[in-house]
Amino acid sequence: MLRPLKNLALTALLALALPVRAQTGGELHFCLHGEPKTFNPILVDDEASENVRYLTGGVLIRLNRQTQALEPALATSWNISRDRRTITFHLRKGIHFSDGTSFGSEDVAYTMRLLMDPATHSTTGDSFRSGEGTVQVQTPAPDVAAITFPAPVAGLERLFDQAVILSAHSPKKEMAVLGPFYVADYKAGSYVLLQKNPHYWKRDAQGRALPYIDSVRLDIQRNRDIELLRFRRGELQLINRLEAEQFERLEHENPAVTRNAGTGLDAEEFWFSQSPAAPLPAYKKAWFGMKEFRKAISMAINRADLCRIVYSGYAKPAYGPVSPSNHFWFNAALEDPKYDPQGALRLLMQAGFRFENDTLKDRAGNRVEFTVVTNSGNAAREKIATMIQQDLSQVGIKVNVVTLDFPSLIEKITRTFDYDACILGLVNTDLDPNGQMNVWLSSGENHQWNPSQKSPATAWEAEIDKLMREQATAPTEKERKAKFDRVQQIVSEQQPFIYLINKDVLVAVAPSVVGAVPVVLDPWAFWNVDTLRLGPAPDLGVQK
Amino acid sequence: MNTGKLRVFSAVVLCAIFVLGLFAGTVSPYPYAKQFRECPNAAPSSAHWLGTDSLGRDLFARLIYGTRVSLLLAPAAALLATMLAGILGGFAGLVGGWCEKVILAATDLSMALPLLFVLLALRALLPLDISPVLSVMATFTLLGLLGWPSSLRVVWAAAKNLRNSDFLLLARATGSRRSRIIVRHLFPNLRPVLFAQFWVSIPVFVLTEATLSMLGLGVIEPLPSWGNLLRGLEDISAVSANPWRLSPLVLLVLVVICFQLILPAQEETA
Repeated sequence: MLRPLKNLALTALLALALPVRAQTGGELHFCLHGEPKTFNPILVDDEASENVRYLTGGVLIRLNRQTQALEPALATSWNISRDRRTITFHLRKGIHFSDGTSFGSEDVAYTMRLLMDPATHSTTGDSFRSGEGTVQVQTPAPDVAAITFPAPVAGLERLFDQAVILSAHSPKKEMAVLGPFYVADYKAGSYVLLQKNPHYWKRDAQGRALPYIDSVRLDIQRNRDIELLRFRRGELQLINRLEAEQFERLEHENPAVTRNAGTGLDAEEFWFSQSPAAPLPAYKKAWFGMKEFRKAISMAINRADLCRIVYSGYAKPAYGPVSPSNHFWFNAALEDPKYDPQGALRLLMQAGFRFENDTLKDRAGNRVEFTVVTNSGNAAREKIATMIQQDLSQVGIKVNVVTLDFPSLIEKITRTFDYDACILGLVNTDLDPNGQMNVWLSSGENHQWNPSQKSPATAWEAEIDKLMREQATAPTEKERKAKFDRVQQIVSEQQPFIYLINKDVLVAVAPSVVGAVPVVLDPWAFWNVDTLRLGPAPDLGVQK
Repeated sequence: MNTGKLRVFSAVVLCAIFVLGLFAGTVSPYPYAKQFRECPNAAPSSAHWLGTDSLGRDLFARLIYGTRVSLLLAPAAALLATMLAGILGGFAGLVGGWCEKVILAATDLSMALPLLFVLLALRALLPLDISPVLSVMATFTLLGLLGWPSSLRVVWAAAKNLRNSDFLLLARATGSRRSRIIVRHLFPNLRPVLFAQFWVSIPVFVLTEATLSMLGLGVIEPLPSWGNLLRGLEDISAVSANPWRLSPLVLLVLVVICFQLILPAQEETA
């Protein structure tokens, strides 16, 4: 409780200091954790390119990362038809791309055509695909664009947060942008330099042009330790995501620079292989297919200890597929994941297991023993596996832990299914449940416990399939929410994924950066980059 | 301290560490896997002589159990590798001709293969449900089976020198059989080289296992080894705050130095 209050006080203090200390201009300096694969916003599918896209791209509708509400951006307003197939945008007038080319409905039409062209292979475009047929874009006026999809698209307006508008006429093509910055220089393996877009449409409350900062320098640095070292030396002003250990160390040195934005959307999860194709003994398949067995395992895992020991307290026990930070879609009626080894043992006894001489055996006398696999090199997951090993030994279950290189692990969980149980993380960047379709539909490739089913193997999976399809076409958000709440309820009852923890979003922001309000949504620390200012750089109090 | 005393001292230190590893179950105050979750990263105390690791496990218990794993299995792997190098290298050096060419070509090929990736691939082929003990045995067996090429080159060079020596020429001229030449003349003269290779291989395998464990490929949790104990040193600032975490590194350095000090003694006595 104390830390959020401290951060709040610090933010308030910095906000009060803004008129005196902060100034316009200057260069914001931080790191990308990989090489951007493309600067073409419609082809983005990696984190580094996504960061550049966010900083440079202009969109029709922007998701406010703090309020999690949609806000007008290049479109002043929009409306969706009753059948949820057509969205009509009313565009801002007098807007120009970074190279001076004017913006209008033709640019929207051009962008949508490119996005939906199968030859483009755009992952952003894939999220708009709702059924067979083509997407029609009508431009009845220079400031009106109507887009009609072949079938209803759930959460349609949210998808436009990722759809960066390209110029139909600019000779610079995708390098002409409508966002706060444009790419001015790029040296492969070294840096990306972004300069302030002189034609950016947004203004502050006093009518001054945004962004306040003149340029953003993004150094390409994969090594997180070097990034931290450079931040401590004052060479960087921001670290967009820190590991718990790094955060704790930095907080110990200088609490003024660390910010905990709260519980993030990402989860670590544990699941048993339930694929009929898995080359496992029949008795193991019977255990893993038993709801009581999975629930007992869940109850026997001490999530609070995982949060405290593995993540130094910067994580929260996970409830289910949706993090509590996802304000709208989280089902608050779900029960807390309670740690109850005695309750777990009772549940196992009721399911026909026997506890003899500190060993759990099934009806046929087979000792309950299984192997958990995870990817090597991930210290947190290895610690989680080792702690689960001790937790489950208390209910007489022997767990072996095996770490595998990532390609071998993926081979086992997606192709051969030759594993008992697995621990991996789920990276979740989309608030909308449609982003999880591939996980929850029984035919989905990411339906990890039993992927790519021809028809649902169980009644509860059939119900989830039905609910997920219904929510995708439901006319109102309220109806969609009710259906996805039920999905979360079923997942909580059946535990096909045993959710373990949700990590906190931890960032570092130098005191010279004024106006930073880190949030739990990507891009955590610089989502409001157009309103950030740079003040004088005080000494961080660490060795140069 | 003169060289002889230093060697005796090194031998005593090594023996003491070996004995400690052998009787780990008796010496250790706690099971190596027991997690004292209320005190992770604890400083040394009367309850935990070397403190605890990040999961609250007693570091002293893990260190001496890890010693058993690393110091008993590394010599076994070194023996296997030296035997393979001795047989193949001795044969190639003594016989010569196409046989020598084939063996040396195979050696060069093995040396050119990146050992790490070979081990990675072989580990991925092993079944998942093997116990940690079997896994560690498999790791060291693989190290032994794949660690012979560099020793073979040395043994082959020594055997080739012997093949052209006067005393072997004399033995052949007096009608000695090939088996007698190998047993009575070749092997006694190769012994110092084989001993040297054996002693050199032990710290190499200990360090290789450490590397494998740091990559999550060697000894699997919760079984400790020096390798996976050294993983605690990845976070250098945490180490500066908890210097007792250096204890596995200190022990490893001590053992490697002791082996290196003993090594010349072997060459001289032979």
